[in-house]
Amino acid sequence: MTSALAELPRPTDPDAPREIDAGLPLGDRVFHASARAVGFTVLGVFGSIGLFLGYQALPTLQRYGLSFFTENEWNPQLDRLGIAAVLVGTVEVALVAMVVAFPLALTTALYISEYAPRRLKSALISLVDLMAAIPSIVYGLWGFFLLQPQIIGLARWLHQNLGFIPLFHVDTDPDAAAWQQSSYTASAFIAGVVVSMMAIPLACSVMRGVFAQAPLGEREAAYALGATRWGMIRSVILPFGKGGIIGGTMLALGRSLGETIAVLLIISPSFDLKFSILDVGTITTASLIAGLFGEATASQLSALLAAGFVLFCLTLFVNTIAAMFVNRSRSGAATEI
Amino acid sequence: MSTLELERPIPSRPDVPRVLITGTTDSRLSVIGAGVGAAALVWIGYDLLLGLEGRLGLLVCWFAVLVVLYAAVSALGNPGIVVVDRVSSLAVAAGAAVVGIALASTIVYTLAKGFDAYSTLNFYTQDAAGIGPRDPLHKGGVLHALVGTAIEVGIATAIALPLGIGAAVYMTEVGGKGAKTVRNVVEAMTALPDVLAGLFIYVVLIISFGFPRSGFAAATALAIMMLPIIARSAELQLRIVPGGLREAGLALGASQWRVVRQVVLPTARSGLATALILGIARAVGETAPVLITSGASTFLNTDPFNDPMNSLPLYILFAVRSGQPNYIARGFGAAALLLVLVLLLFVITRFLARDRVGRR
Repeated sequence: MTSALAELPRPTDPDAPREIDAGLPLGDRVFHASARAVGFTVLGVFGSIGLFLGYQALPTLQRYGLSFFTENEWNPQLDRLGIAAVLVGTVEVALVAMVVAFPLALTTALYISEYAPRRLKSALISLVDLMAAIPSIVYGLWGFFLLQPQIIGLARWLHQNLGFIPLFHVDTDPDAAAWQQSSYTASAFIAGVVVSMMAIPLACSVMRGVFAQAPLGEREAAYALGATRWGMIRSVILPFGKGGIIGGTMLALGRSLGETIAVLLIISPSFDLKFSILDVGTITTASLIAGLFGEATASQLSALLAAGFVLFCLTLFVNTIAAMFVNRSRSGAATEI
Repeated sequence: MSTLELERPIPSRPDVPRVLITGTTDSRLSVIGAGVGAAALVWIGYDLLLGLEGRLGLLVCWFAVLVVLYAAVSALGNPGIVVVDRVSSLAVAAGAAVVGIALASTIVYTLAKGFDAYSTLNFYTQDAAGIGPRDPLHKGGVLHALVGTAIEVGIATAIALPLGIGAAVYMTEVGGKGAKTVRNVVEAMTALPDVLAGLFIYVVLIISFGFPRSGFAAATALAIMMLPIIARSAELQLRIVPGGLREAGLALGASQWRVVRQVVLPTARSGLATALILGIARAVGETAPVLITSGASTFLNTDPFNDPMNSLPLYILFAVRSGQPNYIARGFGAAALLLVLVLLLFVITRFLARDRVGRR
């Protein structure tokens, strides 16, 4: 049988692949074109935000040059405009938010993925998602009316014990019998703590998602070698989830840099260039824009747009790095059946 | 070997982690004992000896003493590695508890403080026209803000939903180099500061084109905030539609458009609804874009193209910043209403997500 087959004369090439017309039918070509059009519309909208802010910022940047970044006053009447104090305030608030949010988000993510009883797990995940869905103005109210009266005690304690560090210095006597409560309110510290409420769920859900992907075999191997739960977390979960921890934190940082309303509610605007986070008054880029756009003239509007452009670049930069870390630890494959 | 066995391969089950023994009587009793001991010590030391005050400090001191006592008690009968494990469990649980308390206090505090305002009927049926700071809570309401939010979010959804789902279809079904760019940009834009979306619309629509500050302008700004959220989560939902379903449709001779319309989108329907609701939940709570593009008003306005149109978050902002006790109470009432709205949207999302899991 096989020999007979082998002896058959070979035709020129019977198995030559048939030419397949790869062209799409008309309907699909229309579908592809319209889907692409929608995709590029979306791209166009977001691209134009960046280009537009950049274009509008040009006159301001040309007029003030580098002094726009080194001047801390925002005084259009005297033609002195700059975002030094604004940038410092933005970074201070965001950093305070990160210092508060990072440990809390990490422990919450670890608790949900490793410690919580399995029955409660999905409910806890929902709660974290809910926390992310609560509007920032509600957190602002919470921070202003509930948190602020409580936390100025902590601010005073920090001043009392760590006041020699410029970061925690306030121009008042913390040990006075009737201490100046108002000197500790409306500060970058309190705004940062409130912003951390919005940063925590974001960071937590990214971290938890990565922890949940840690390979089961390695977890059980660690237990089989006699590791305690903490030993397993340290040797399997945390190394595996490093990308997610960094990426989630960066995402939360991007969110914190741009938070507007909660900060606007808490702080009292002040354009002093200061490095003490407990002292009353600060300003962030987003709250500057929300607070000043109303009475802005054309040239001031350009200055606000320039500040907005700086904020845009800052958040875009932070987010791109975050996305790199998160995507590296996430498989993008489609589900197969 | 029977044919039956050949035809029905044993389905491979996903790995299910084993339930570990979570605690022993020793560890449970140790932590309870340490807790009681810490409470007693802190009561004597903090309250009676040092005379300090402040609930926050009390709690922090109690926890610090608890950790020390728990470590000491555990060290009596366990090796060091177990002590470290127990203390770290305590720290992790404490972190989660702090977050839980913060979330619970936010919800409870808002609902409780707003009760006086939102428990009256006129809160839902009247606007705030002619309501002064000293007017009692049984006069005036937030109808204008509620209607404004509904109109603005409705228009924003009408703009953002087709664009978002279209972009998601482009990213998953059409693909190519452009799709990758769209995905990266959409991902980066999920963190676009809300104030910038408002500023962009303000300068383009209102300053350049002379459009009035209105509900429509606010809606376009909200649409910009919603778009990346809808596009991104819709893309994730379309990506988990099994590839085999698409191939089955194509193998039956359907065109790709028909496969997308009759297989992919219906399969992902509840997931897409989730994406939509996530977008709505985001837009409902946005304050800054509405502040910039529409501005506050006190009267009911149902015309989205003329005159400022208020929204719930904006109403809250102005009510609370006024500093008048009655206004603040109204602001909390509106905040509670907003919170309930978000909770409701959230419950619907969970319900849809559960439905999806159940069907597969």
